[in-house]
Amino acid sequence: MSTSYQHWRVEPGENYTTVYFDMADSQVNVFNQATMRELSLVLKHVTAQPKLKAVVFRSAKAKGFIAGADITAFSQISTVNDAVADVREGQQIFEQLAAIPVPTIAVMHDFALGGGLEFALACDYRITDDDPRTRLGFLETRVGIHPGWGGTTRLPKLIGGLAALMLMLSGRTLHGGAAKAMGLVDYAIPKCDVDRAIAYLLTALPPAHKPSIWQRWLGFAPLRPIVAGLLRRRVAAKIKDKDYPAPFALLNLWQRYGGYGEVATIAEANSVAKLLVTPTAKSLARVFLLRERLRELGKTESGVKHVHVVGAGTMGGDIAAWCALHHMKVTLEDADSAQLGRSMARAVVLFQRKCKQKHRVQAARDNLIMDPKGYGRAHADLIIEAIVEDKSAKQALWQALVQTAKPDAILATNTSSISLTELSEGWANPARLIGLHFFNPVERMPLVEVVETSSTAPELAARAFAFVKSIDKLPLPVANEPGFLVNRILSAYMLAAVGLHAQGYSYAQIDGAALAFGMAMGPIELADTVGLDICLAAAKTLVEKLSLPMPTVLAEKVKAGELGRKTGKGFYTYIKGQRREKIAIPASPDARLVEALMVPLKAEASAALADGVVSDADLVDAGMIFGAGYPPFRGGPLYVAVTG
Amino acid sequence: MAEQAEQQTGGVIYVIDGNRTPFLKVEGRRGPFSPADLGVAALQPLLQRQSFPQSAIDELITGQVIGLAEETNVSRVIALRAGLPEAMPAYTVNRNCGSGMQAVTNAWHALASGQADLVIAGGTEAMSYSPLCYSEALTAWYGAWSKAKAWGQKLHLLSTLRPQMLRPEIALLKGLTDPVVNLSMGQTAEQIAARFHITRQAMDNFAVQSHQRLAIAQHDGRLSEISPITAPDGTVYADDTGVRVNTSLDLLTSLKPVFNKPFGLITAGNSSQITDGAAFLILASEAAVKRYALPVVARLSAPVWVGVDPASMGLGPAVAIARLLKQTQHQLSDIPYFEINEAFAAQVLACVAALNDADYCQSALGLSEPVGLIDKHHLNVDGGAIALGHPVGASGARIILHLIHVLKQRNAKRGIASLCVGGGQGGAVMVEV
Repeated sequence: MSTSYQHWRVEPGENYTTVYFDMADSQVNVFNQATMRELSLVLKHVTAQPKLKAVVFRSAKAKGFIAGADITAFSQISTVNDAVADVREGQQIFEQLAAIPVPTIAVMHDFALGGGLEFALACDYRITDDDPRTRLGFLETRVGIHPGWGGTTRLPKLIGGLAALMLMLSGRTLHGGAAKAMGLVDYAIPKCDVDRAIAYLLTALPPAHKPSIWQRWLGFAPLRPIVAGLLRRRVAAKIKDKDYPAPFALLNLWQRYGGYGEVATIAEANSVAKLLVTPTAKSLARVFLLRERLRELGKTESGVKHVHVVGAGTMGGDIAAWCALHHMKVTLEDADSAQLGRSMARAVVLFQRKCKQKHRVQAARDNLIMDPKGYGRAHADLIIEAIVEDKSAKQALWQALVQTAKPDAILATNTSSISLTELSEGWANPARLIGLHFFNPVERMPLVEVVETSSTAPELAARAFAFVKSIDKLPLPVANEPGFLVNRILSAYMLAAVGLHAQGYSYAQIDGAALAFGMAMGPIELADTVGLDICLAAAKTLVEKLSLPMPTVLAEKVKAGELGRKTGKGFYTYIKGQRREKIAIPASPDARLVEALMVPLKAEASAALADGVVSDADLVDAGMIFGAGYPPFRGGPLYVAVTG
Repeated sequence: MAEQAEQQTGGVIYVIDGNRTPFLKVEGRRGPFSPADLGVAALQPLLQRQSFPQSAIDELITGQVIGLAEETNVSRVIALRAGLPEAMPAYTVNRNCGSGMQAVTNAWHALASGQADLVIAGGTEAMSYSPLCYSEALTAWYGAWSKAKAWGQKLHLLSTLRPQMLRPEIALLKGLTDPVVNLSMGQTAEQIAARFHITRQAMDNFAVQSHQRLAIAQHDGRLSEISPITAPDGTVYADDTGVRVNTSLDLLTSLKPVFNKPFGLITAGNSSQITDGAAFLILASEAAVKRYALPVVARLSAPVWVGVDPASMGLGPAVAIARLLKQTQHQLSDIPYFEINEAFAAQVLACVAALNDADYCQSALGLSEPVGLIDKHHLNVDGGAIALGHPVGASGARIILHLIHVLKQRNAKRGIASLCVGGGQGGAVMVEV
C-alpha cells in the first residue's frame, strides 16, 4: 500500500490496518465532498488488501475524532434532488464501510459529532476515552435537519428506538461513561488503555451490543405510533413544526419504518433532503457559520491568564465567575465585602451546575479570588471594570487603574452606555482602553461586544477577541457608538413595545406576540429583567442621538420605584423573581402587532449598520441572535429583510 | 556550645510578609472550610500582594495535625490549588500544637543552610473536620464480615453485633490525650496548676482578659494580619469568631470543670477554643531580599525546641524560653513582648511562675538564678487562643505573625513567641524588627 491520500493515512500493521483521518489544512476532521470521496477510495483499497485481518479507524488530530459534516457545503444545496443525491452518496460510502468483511473498530477521542458518530456506528466496535468532557452526539437537529448517513437506522438497532430518538431529538451529547451505559460504545477507557482494548476486541470478537428487551419491544410496528406520539407531544410543547420541522420529520420517519431495511435508508435520505432546503435549515446553518465566523476572530493568543474584575455587582460577579469557570485566575475587587460574598455564592451555584466533578468545582472556586484590597490590579493581564454606570466614578477609578496595571495589560470596561473616549480622557495612551460588553445573564448569553475606538490598536483588539473566545463566548467587534449594537436595537424595540401599550395592547399581549415570533423573551419582560432604571438611563442617552420616541410611562415607573424584576414590580409583578402574570403565546398572533414590534427593530438594525456600528449585515444578525435572543430559525433581522 | 554559636550566626532569616484567615470557632459540625480550603484562602491574598515571581519560591511547608483522608500531604494540595508552580515541592510537618512553628523551623534551616532562598511556611487546621472513627470492635467485626462467605457464617456474625460497638470514637478527643501517660491535655494542665498554685480565679481572670484584649484589638483595627475569607454560601468571615466581648468573671466562675470532675479548676472557659484556621509567613534569605528588593518586616532567630515530662507538657514554653534566651545571649528583661500560646490559662500562668521560681529554675533548668518575671502587661497583649482559638497546626505560625504586628505597632525591637506541645515539648523563637 503505497497510495498516498490527501486527508487519510493508511498504516498496515501485524494484526490490523489503521486508517487515520487527518483532514488537510484543518484543525479538526470534517466530512465534505473531498474527504468523503477520498474515504470511499481508501475503503476500496483497504478492503482489497490481501490478508486483511481488521481495520481500526482513528483521528490523527490532537483534538477530536470527527466533527461531522461540513455545514458550509450543505447549506449551499438548493434543490431537493441535489440534496437526495448528496445524502445517498454519503449513505453508500458508510455502507461500504459497514460491508468491510473483517472486524472494524472506531477509536474516538474528545468528540464524535453528527456524521462523525454515524461513521463510528457503521463500524463493528466503538471505543472512546473516559474523559467526562468528551462529547458524543448528534447535533443535526440544532441545524434544522436529522442524521442522514444511516444514523436513524443503525442507532435504534444498537441502543433501541426510544433511546436513539431521545438522543437524536435533543441534540444532547454524552461523555464516554454515559455512552457506554447506553451501549453506544463498547468501551469508555483511559487513552493509555486503547491498544489493549483493540487487541482484546479483535481476539474475543464479542457480539454487538443489543438493546434491552423492552427497548426492542417499543420498536415493534404496533407500538411505534404510541411511542412516537408521546415524544411528538413533548417536542410540540417546546417548538412548532412550522419553525423547526426536523424533530417532527425524525419522529415520522421512525414511526413509519422503525429503522428497518433498505426502504428506511432511502426514506432517511429523502427526509433529510427535504429538510436541507427548508428556510429553517438554511437559517440555522447560517447561524452556525456566523458563530464560526465570530469564533474565528479569536484565533490568536490572548496572553490572558489572570483577569482582574472591579465591581462585584451582578455583572461583575458573573463575569468573574464565568472567567474562573474557564480556567482563568480571577481576582474580584469590591470595597463591599457583602457584594463579594453574594458573587461567590452565585459563582458556586454556577460551578456546581457546570462541572460534573467535585475537583473541577473546587478548581473553579480556587480560581476565583475575592480581592477587597485590589491586589490583583498589579498582576492582571486583563482588567475588566464593571462598576456602576456613573461616568465620574468610572473616570476616577480608571485614573487609578491605569497607574497600577501592567504596561501590557488589556484594559476593558463593561460599560453599556458611556463612550470609551470619555472614560480615557487625559490618559497618556487612550488607545489602551477597549470595551468588553457582556450581556445579562452572563451564563446564558453567548455574545460579548468588543468595543473599539478609532485609535484602538489592532493587536489589542485581536487579543481581546482571543480572550472572549477563550472563555467560550462569541466576540462581536462594534464601534464606539451610543448603545453599541445590541442595546441600541433592543432599546428601539423595547421603547416601541412599551409605546404599543398606549395603543390598547396589554403587556401580556405584546410579549405573547414577540414570543410567537420566536423571541427568547418578550420585550416588556426583558425591560423588567434588565431593570427599568437602566433602560431609562440607556434610553435617555439614545433617544437624543437616535431620535426615538420616549414613552412617558418608563420615567413614571422609575419615579415610583417600580424598577422591574429586582424590586418585585415593573410592568409586571414578581414574587421571588417569578412573574405573576401569565403570558399566553397565541397560535396565530396578530400580524399587525408583530409587525408593529418588529418593524422598529429592523429599522434600528439597518440604521446601526448604516452608522457603521458593525461592518456588515451578517454581524448585525449575529449580534441580535447571540446577544438579544432573536429567533435563530429566522436567521436574523436583516437576513429576513433581504430574503423575505 | 560551638554548635549553638554557629546556629546563631549561621544566617539571618527574614520575614517578608504573612497572612492568616480569621479563626473560626467550631460549632459542633464541619465548618465551611476544609484544611486545604483554609490554607488556600490564607495563601491567595498573600501571594497576590507580592512583587517577586512565584517561580522564585523554593517550597511550601505546612504544619498540620489532623490530616484528612482526601487531603494527604495537605501542603502540596494547598500549593497546587493556590496556583503555585507544579515544579515547586511542598510537604507537611506534624509536631502537634507546635506544627506551625515547626514549619517555620524547617524553613529557617533550609534558608540558613543555603538550600533555599524563599520559603513559605505556616500551618492549617480544621479541627471541625476531625473524624468520627469506628470502634476497634466494629472494625474487627467488619474485617470478619468481609471475609465471611457462607450464609451461616454471616448469620453468626450478625448475631454478635452489639449496639455499643456502633458508638463512634471521636478522633479529636483521642488526639488530645497523651498515649504514654494516658492524660488528656487538660489533665496535664491541672497538674501544673497544682504545682505552681494557680488559682481558679487567676485562670478565669486571665481568660476574661484574653477576650477583652482581643475585643479591643479588633475594635481598634489592629488585626491587619487577617484577610477575610468567603464561604461557598457567600458568608464573608472577616474576624476571629471565638471572641466573647461580654464575657465576665461571674460567667466564667459559674462553669464546671471539664477534665478533673468534680474538683478540678480547668473549664471550657479558661481553655483554648476548638477552632479552624490557617496562617502563613514568607521567609527569605539575605540573597533573596537583595535580588527581589523585598520589604523586610522582621528577622527570626533559630527556633528552639525542648522536651519536658509529657504529664506537664504545659511547661514546655518555660524551658524553651530559657533555652532561647541563653542561645541568643539575652536577658529576659531585654524582651519587651511575649506571645505564649494559650492552650490553657493555667498553663501560661504556670510558665510565668516557673520562670520566676528559683527551685524550678535550678532543678529543671540548672540555673542558679530564676530567669525572671514576664510582665503580664507585655504578655499576649492582644489576647490569645482562649479568645480566638487554637487550630493546632496553625497556632505556631499565628503567634509569630501576630508578634511581628505587635512589635511594629508598639515600636518595640524584640519579642519571643512560644508554645507548649502535646507529648511534652516546647518551642520558642525570637522575632526582631
